[in-house]
Amino acid sequence: MLRVPIPEGPDAGLFRVLRDDGSADPANDPFLSPEQLGAMHRQMRRLRVLEARMVVLQRQGRVGFYGSCTGQEATPIAVGLALSPDDWVFPALRESAIMLVRGFALTSYIAQVFGNSRDLLKGRQMPSHMSGRSVNQVSWSSCIGPQIPQAVGCAMAMQRAGKREIAVGFSGDGATSQPDFHNAMTFAARFAAPCLIICQNNHWSISVPTAKQTASATIAVKGRAYGVPSVRVDGNDVLAVYVAVRDAAARARDGGGPSFIECVTYRMGAHSTSDDPTRYRSNEEVESWARKDPLDRLERYLRRAGLLDDAALAALDDELKAEVERAIDEVEPAPPPSREQLFEDVYASPTWPLLEQRAALSQVPKAESPH
Amino acid sequence: MPQINMVQAINDALRLAMQRDPRVLVMGEDVGKVGGVFRVTAGLHEEFGEARVIDTPLSEGGIIGTAIGMALYGLVPVPEIQFSDFIFPAYDQIVSELAKMRWRSGGEYSAKMVIRTPVGGGIRGGLYHSQSPEAQFIHVAGLKVVCPSNPYDAKGLLLASIADPDPVLFFEPKRVYRAAKGEVPEGPYTVELGKAAIAREGAHVTVVAWGAMLYEALEAAHQASARGVEAEVIDLRTLWPLDIDTVVASVKKTGRVVVVHEAPRTCGLGGEIVSLITERAFTHLEAPPARVTGFDTPFPYTTELDYLPLAHRILPAIVDAARY
Ligand SMILES: Cc1ncc(C[n+]2csc(CCOP(=O)(O)OP(=O)(O)O)c2C)c(N)n1
Ligand SMILES: [Mg+2]
Repeated sequence: MLRVPIPEGPDAGLFRVLRDDGSADPANDPFLSPEQLGAMHRQMRRLRVLEARMVVLQRQGRVGFYGSCTGQEATPIAVGLALSPDDWVFPALRESAIMLVRGFALTSYIAQVFGNSRDLLKGRQMPSHMSGRSVNQVSWSSCIGPQIPQAVGCAMAMQRAGKREIAVGFSGDGATSQPDFHNAMTFAARFAAPCLIICQNNHWSISVPTAKQTASATIAVKGRAYGVPSVRVDGNDVLAVYVAVRDAAARARDGGGPSFIECVTYRMGAHSTSDDPTRYRSNEEVESWARKDPLDRLERYLRRAGLLDDAALAALDDELKAEVERAIDEVEPAPPPSREQLFEDVYASPTWPLLEQRAALSQVPKAESPH
Repeated sequence: MPQINMVQAINDALRLAMQRDPRVLVMGEDVGKVGGVFRVTAGLHEEFGEARVIDTPLSEGGIIGTAIGMALYGLVPVPEIQFSDFIFPAYDQIVSELAKMRWRSGGEYSAKMVIRTPVGGGIRGGLYHSQSPEAQFIHVAGLKVVCPSNPYDAKGLLLASIADPDPVLFFEPKRVYRAAKGEVPEGPYTVELGKAAIAREGAHVTVVAWGAMLYEALEAAHQASARGVEAEVIDLRTLWPLDIDTVVASVKKTGRVVVVHEAPRTCGLGGEIVSLITERAFTHLEAPPARVTGFDTPFPYTTELDYLPLAHRILPAIVDAARY
């Protein structure tokens, strides 16, 4: 006879604020001011415009690669707005834009995509790997998973310093199969680290659907197994993500330890500009998620509250497109980084082999046009 | 004979191996329905089904760890690591487990498998879609390491690797995945492991290269010829155990050698090749052995063509060796 009762999964529902009719659930509504809501909307809209533009630049051969977060804007924007300036962010591929919300210049952001001499990262990383010390954001490497335990360690250091700061580490649904995700959970709970681990479950890991990624009923339950309080949130509901992050952040600041938030969402675009999703997923599925678009959801709410109408939306779009275009025009003409800078930053100061190799490189003609 | 590219040749080898031997299976991230991010496993899922063409969870350690278990039990896994830059989460399984299985079990167990993985730069992949980590595996006793440069060799070497009793790391130079085309016979054949090929004969300087850089070495040899220097270009093909006889015989003939690789210079395979040559052909050397390699830096995004040891960097090394 089985003696140990198997508990019912508590993840059946999603934490939501925005209802389909555009009203907000008063029990969970954060009651943001019209100004806060306007800022939230502007940020989401700008991210939508920016991502679409970057993908076009790649198609035009003006940049080499882009990984867009279209359809997933709610999480980066809500997180950016819910954090304090001293908090640290360790994004995965689809959360770079948090730094824009926290004051990083759009021109510097776009310069990273061009990888030219205006890029703070000196053209070393692929596009969509932005990093900025001014806003406490550390780029992901490209490897899936390593940033998650790094966020936990950062939080452990904050805890020692006695600060009320927190660190936030991101993962995709696919990344939750990596040992690094599990290391992060083990350490976060064991040391009650003041951190949030947030998974954007966008239902796909390139061509592998979440159902084939894991037999776990939800992603959230994976955190609970390690003793990390875990919630499952409607990731296309920007107010719900905002409330979940705000509350988890407050608990962490008060010494309440880590939280894990699964944001259930959908990757509307290709995995990246190198991918063709028509090979592995149906139009119907994409269409069904288009009807749950996170921007539509917020805009329905704003219209109902009398904070947005067609004219205001059109004007905002024009303004944001112009802002993005101006930033592109400003940074695109910058020359590529010098080839000599390759040898900088490997160590704090270059070792003798690097100095030798730099001297040798300066003797040979430049490589044919860098693409 | 049909002209095909490397992607098609490797695909053909996998299909033949799976048709001939029901123990052979393919596993990895995105290798199933979508046929791999480089389309190397295209069509295998349809032909052999999910049980033999397995879309795995996103965990390289999980892929190689489970492949070892399968191999111990008698299957012949051909796992794919999506980019060789992402092999490191599996490094522990490969280095601590796979490589040592035969030895530590007194020869009772072995975990024969072929780990396929795209390697090298030149596709605008930045730090983590460009690296060449072959030396980090050669340094580990118990692994064989292969890197073909053309479709004919790719098919024959992959079939030989699958037939080999030992674990093989099969590095596929992605820069020439589609660019390198050639005639490939239908049906199975093998190219023997451990045998290099002379890609170009020449009397003055030996150039040792492999993978995508073979074409740069050939281009540099072509340009050197215009200056009266005839380079002999060796395509190493099997990086370990390398074909010492072919390399040494060539150096004894020319007295001069340039080794080319994309990987960083320090502790790269070039250093080992130069040591082997000095140990075995010291008295034949007329010039210091030279290395033209990637730099001791991470692999850059924007300036990748300055990083790679392309023909314009190989040419002066050949000419200098000849004129020494
Ligand atoms: C260690 C490692 N393995 C494989 C890859 C190749 N890869 C890049 S993104 C990706 C899927 C990621 O899926 P998920 O974690 O769900 O994030 P999403 O892209 O959906 O946001 C894979 C397999 C990688 N970058 N790093
Ligand atoms: Mg995903």
